[in-house]
Amino acid sequence: MLKIENLQASIDDKSILKGLNLEVKAGEVHAIMGPNGAGKSTLANIIAGKDDYEITEGTIELNGEDISELAPEERAHNGVFLSFQYPVEIPGVSVTNFIKTAINETRKAKGLEDMPAKDMLKMIREKSELLEIDRKFLSRSLNEGFSGGEKKRNEIFQMAMLEPKLAILDETDSGLDIDALRIVANGVNKLKSKDNAVIVITHYQRLLDYIVPDFVHVLHNGKIVKSGDASLAIELEAKGYDWIKQELV
Amino acid sequence: MELTDKLLSSYVAFENRVDTNSDIHEIRSKAFQNFENLGFPTKKLEAWKYTSLNSVLKQDYSLFPNKENAIQLADVQKYFIHDIDTYKLVFIDGKYSSFLSESTHDTFDVCLMSAALTKPKYKAVIENYFNKIAKKDNLTSLNTAFANEGAYIYIPRNVEVEKPIQILNFTTGSEAATMLQPRNLIVVEQNAHVQIIERHQSLTSNPVLTNAVTEVFAAKDATVDIYKIQNDDTNASLVDNSYIEQKSNSIVSVHTFSFGGNITRNNLNFYQKGEHIDSILKGITILEGKQHVDHHTLVHHIEPNCESHQDYKGIYNERSTGVFNGKVVVDKEAQKTNAYQKSNNVLLSDKATINAKPQLEIFADDVKCSHGCTIGQLDDDALFYMQQRGIPEKEGKALLMFAFANTVLESVKIPEVKQRIAKIIANKLNVKIGFDL
Repeated sequence: MLKIENLQASIDDKSILKGLNLEVKAGEVHAIMGPNGAGKSTLANIIAGKDDYEITEGTIELNGEDISELAPEERAHNGVFLSFQYPVEIPGVSVTNFIKTAINETRKAKGLEDMPAKDMLKMIREKSELLEIDRKFLSRSLNEGFSGGEKKRNEIFQMAMLEPKLAILDETDSGLDIDALRIVANGVNKLKSKDNAVIVITHYQRLLDYIVPDFVHVLHNGKIVKSGDASLAIELEAKGYDWIKQELV
Repeated sequence: MELTDKLLSSYVAFENRVDTNSDIHEIRSKAFQNFENLGFPTKKLEAWKYTSLNSVLKQDYSLFPNKENAIQLADVQKYFIHDIDTYKLVFIDGKYSSFLSESTHDTFDVCLMSAALTKPKYKAVIENYFNKIAKKDNLTSLNTAFANEGAYIYIPRNVEVEKPIQILNFTTGSEAATMLQPRNLIVVEQNAHVQIIERHQSLTSNPVLTNAVTEVFAAKDATVDIYKIQNDDTNASLVDNSYIEQKSNSIVSVHTFSFGGNITRNNLNFYQKGEHIDSILKGITILEGKQHVDHHTLVHHIEPNCESHQDYKGIYNERSTGVFNGKVVVDKEAQKTNAYQKSNNVLLSDKATINAKPQLEIFADDVKCSHGCTIGQLDDDALFYMQQRGIPEKEGKALLMFAFANTVLESVKIPEVKQRIAKIIANKLNVKIGFDL
């Protein structure tokens, strides 16, 4: 599904990714861990198409197609979803109207008609129940005045509505209490299938108790320096990152 | 010929057509003298610091187009709010079009200023209200000097006018350049209610200068809602002078939607003569090219326990320029005044300019007055967020601008007007409206 080869990227001439390789297949869950400043959020933003970064080397392929030159919305139309670490507040646009616009613009890009209002409402009801989201919440301005937990739940609600092929969860666990964490993880697990893939970016092991990864990668200094199975996350939780840094010396 | 000289000779000609032995004409003559003394405003005047009429005044305007120009309803229907039933006062090159209008004298008057100024039936109202609150400044005086045609609306006590009233001023461009000076009087008696939609529209790209004056009187407990739609050709300039007097417990709102035209100057003045009055001034301005809009507002709080709310949103692209000068005066007697003023602006280009200037003159000590001006750009992070969810850049920007302007749009009480404004905005932003906010 996703194939990244020798990706090098910089921002304001500061090199952040320094030759990153990653392959994610349909049906897989990958976790990317690593210390602060390793380049985890940069990787997420580059896959989603944020134009603050310059790609100096390498390729990003989604289902065999190079997406590195596509606009963010075109990547979204191809099935890329990024759950933001800090979801943006947009006063004046309600959650419902935002998601309706997002779905219908995506359908338009695929040459489809708008989703019938009845189907849209039904889908909104189902998916908001899955994320235990209150009706009243849906008519509020997008992310405005939401608590940290509400923002993250709203991200996963949108993911559920958009049904992406590749979902990247950028520190979705930060700012969540244990109940919200369980609800969010449960939502992600219900959406998982053999046809889609998930990349979980996190500092901590605790989210991975709920969303169990097939592969765990350690990102350090712009490269993936170690990969393993779920047990690697547990080892990292116990030992920290220093032993990996030392291994590299 | 210089425009000032031309106005002088036109005034002589004008006097041959109207009754010069009337009280009205005395008012006109004084006003003309006043204009002769003052001349046109220049940038040396503080109130005109950011707006120059020089280029506009250079045109060779025809002041009283001779030809009667008929226009077909089909050609202009798009400028009406036509999906609801309304009263209509339509003027073509300054002349009343009975064919396109729908006036009434049933329980209230929606008719012509020229009739009201001359017929005995209206004498009492004209004596009480005509030119009573209009300022004696240069452009208002010029309008008063030539005051003859426009809308006359009189709503007696306890009458709730169910259909909105549309006032439309069309210019056909049959002359190389046209100057118009419509004069409107709107009197709304105790506990009466009326909604008015106003539009100036040029039908060609020949230059037009409109110098309009509207006086509005809202008696005790009256409610008046006025919607000004300014979406004219880029060769049409407008000076819109509005004077509004309110008595106790009245509510008057004026929404000004400025989307088009060459130079537009809105002088919007509220005088609160009573207690528990609410004055609402709102505006959305979206400009491009070299368009210029100058909003000059004044709210004069004269008595205690009144409120005023100002909310202006501006979006400026390319080389367009905007001015917001909001003056609030609170007299010593006007204790417990609540006066709010907001001017929020987005600049979409490095070449666009906004000059925002709040002016508060407060002589009372127990009041709440606030003002806030912001100038910013569209939020790039918000735009990326929307694109990530599949909303293309152009639509995303439009959605952000709609959301920005929405606090003004949502207070429009006539749904068809709200839809029309939303549609004009969507056209301006070159998007198909796929979202309701």
